[in-house]
Amino acid sequence: MRLLEIKDLVKTYARPGGGEHRVLDVREFTLEAGAQQALRGESGTGKTTFLHLIAGILAPDSGSIRLDGRDVATLGEARRDRLRAEAIGYIFQTFNLLQGHTALENVELGMAFGRGVDRAHAESLLKRVGLGDKLGHFPRQLSTGQQQRVAVARALANRPKLVLADEPTGNLDRRHARESLELIREVCRESGAALLLVSHDERVLAAFEHMQDFAAMNQALSGSAT
Amino acid sequence: MIFNLIYRSLRQHALSTVVTAASIALAAGLLLTVWVVKTQSQSVFAATNSGFDAVLGARGSKLQLVLNAIFHLESSPGNIDAKDFEMIRRHPAVKAAIPIAVGDNFRGWRIAGTVEQLFNDIEYAPGKRYALAAGGRNFKIGEPEAVVGSYAAKQLGWTVGSTFRPYHGLAFNPDGEQHEEVYTVVGVLAPTNSPVDRVIWIPLEGVQTMSGHNPLAKTELSAVLIQLRAPTAGLMLNNQINASGGKLTFAYPIGSIVAELFNKISWVDKVLTLVAWLVASVAAGSVLVSIYNSMSARARDIAILRALGARRRTVFGAVVGEAAVIGLLGSVAGFAVFAGLAAFVASMIQAQTGVVLEPLQWNPVFWWGPVTFVGLAVLGGLVPALKAYRVPVAETIAPVS
Repeated sequence: MRLLEIKDLVKTYARPGGGEHRVLDVREFTLEAGAQQALRGESGTGKTTFLHLIAGILAPDSGSIRLDGRDVATLGEARRDRLRAEAIGYIFQTFNLLQGHTALENVELGMAFGRGVDRAHAESLLKRVGLGDKLGHFPRQLSTGQQQRVAVARALANRPKLVLADEPTGNLDRRHARESLELIREVCRESGAALLLVSHDERVLAAFEHMQDFAAMNQALSGSAT
Repeated sequence: MIFNLIYRSLRQHALSTVVTAASIALAAGLLLTVWVVKTQSQSVFAATNSGFDAVLGARGSKLQLVLNAIFHLESSPGNIDAKDFEMIRRHPAVKAAIPIAVGDNFRGWRIAGTVEQLFNDIEYAPGKRYALAAGGRNFKIGEPEAVVGSYAAKQLGWTVGSTFRPYHGLAFNPDGEQHEEVYTVVGVLAPTNSPVDRVIWIPLEGVQTMSGHNPLAKTELSAVLIQLRAPTAGLMLNNQINASGGKLTFAYPIGSIVAELFNKISWVDKVLTLVAWLVASVAAGSVLVSIYNSMSARARDIAILRALGARRRTVFGAVVGEAAVIGLLGSVAGFAVFAGLAAFVASMIQAQTGVVLEPLQWNPVFWWGPVTFVGLAVLGGLVPALKAYRVPVAETIAPVS
């Protein structure tokens, strides 16, 4: 069953000196429910913008983003926020944990704006990623790898249909990167969530059966700026 | 969820929360104190009449007459003759007339001469008569005896059997003339929470004939405290005595005359209230500055919350709610500041006038004060909340590749 279907997606930014700069132009992209897909992309190829558009953080200039039957591109901001809270998990390169919140509270935030906080679920997720004894720890009290695992647990907290991972191992050493990637893939598989991961790390990309080159997908890179 | 966000943000910014709430507490405490002391002192002073309806004294200011005869402050506008006292005492409209004479003190505590009837027959408040502490009795006419107000006795450390020699004059001068007469305390009055508590009472002729006083004035009185048979009689006597242009002043009604005093010094209230509101405005500004200054550091957190699905109005509400909670905490702490400050002011007023305020008695400012401060804090939180509302999520959360 198709979970994500993107067509003719265009995003431009205003240039500081005037005019516009087209950063994204993706003609077509699809992702099946429960699938795991990697996108190869170097810095500056627009892959973060692509994920932001799918997550509804940004609105496209044109095109459609059908996620689980709804066109994200046509939704107002509040409804995109709602959709993101209920159906999407996001793992950032820099983890983006809230420093004033404990590990458990950070995971609870992942479900707070959707269906509501389920503490037992949050605790079980942290136990699943091996942090059952760190529930009350603040991010500064955790190692980088542990912070990454909190971020993974948070991304799964709202029982998402789609997990977006933006260079999730970029801040980890090789061993932790491998472990983290395995963990992300496992928990997504266990929860039935599809995974769309972007990275420029060939070792990460090599772990995926399905991988596409984002630079080739993004027509804006080969076209001219408008 | 908003409450969780508010709680955790306050926890994360605990120091600035405490400092900002403390500034609001000071402002709230000041405003509550000014307001309560202002309103309560007006009502309590206006209601203080020691059980009398009017005061008769020498020609002069009614306010001075009331302050001297009822509040035992100020000097007397002059003396009146014994025949004037007899005239008013025998007037059919007068229920009771109590003469008083002043002119001496003991270490600044006023000595007033009066008659036994004051403590035997007069109700100083409806249904309340003067009572003497155990072991005491009323003074006897012609004897060098004294009945002492409770507050004065406590401050002087006097009990029944204590003796003293009066000083001449209403103001205490350690180098001034001390009379030869030795008075003995025979009774200590139970507290009345009125100016009577600050006075040393001796027989009328004791003051009139004290050594060193003018022998020609030995029948003169400072004032006559009057109870009327009916309020209408007060208006009648007011017209008769004051309009006649004679040598007497009839101060009636006492409450209205005291209210005049508050009208005259209303500018003090206004200045104090203005200061309190200025402090309140500064406190609201401190909420704005405190939260606004932290917004740059918080922008990333807000962007993360938005990326997790928080709506703009949620983060806006969280910041406004945080400001409201700071205002609420400050207001609650403000009551503690108020309790301390008002107790101090009330003790000062009691020490100076004998009038006892009860600052903790219900006053409408107890609800509208905190509500106003929470409102001001919310106003202060609107600007940073707007900044939170406008945080660009994509740019803030991660550099766009």
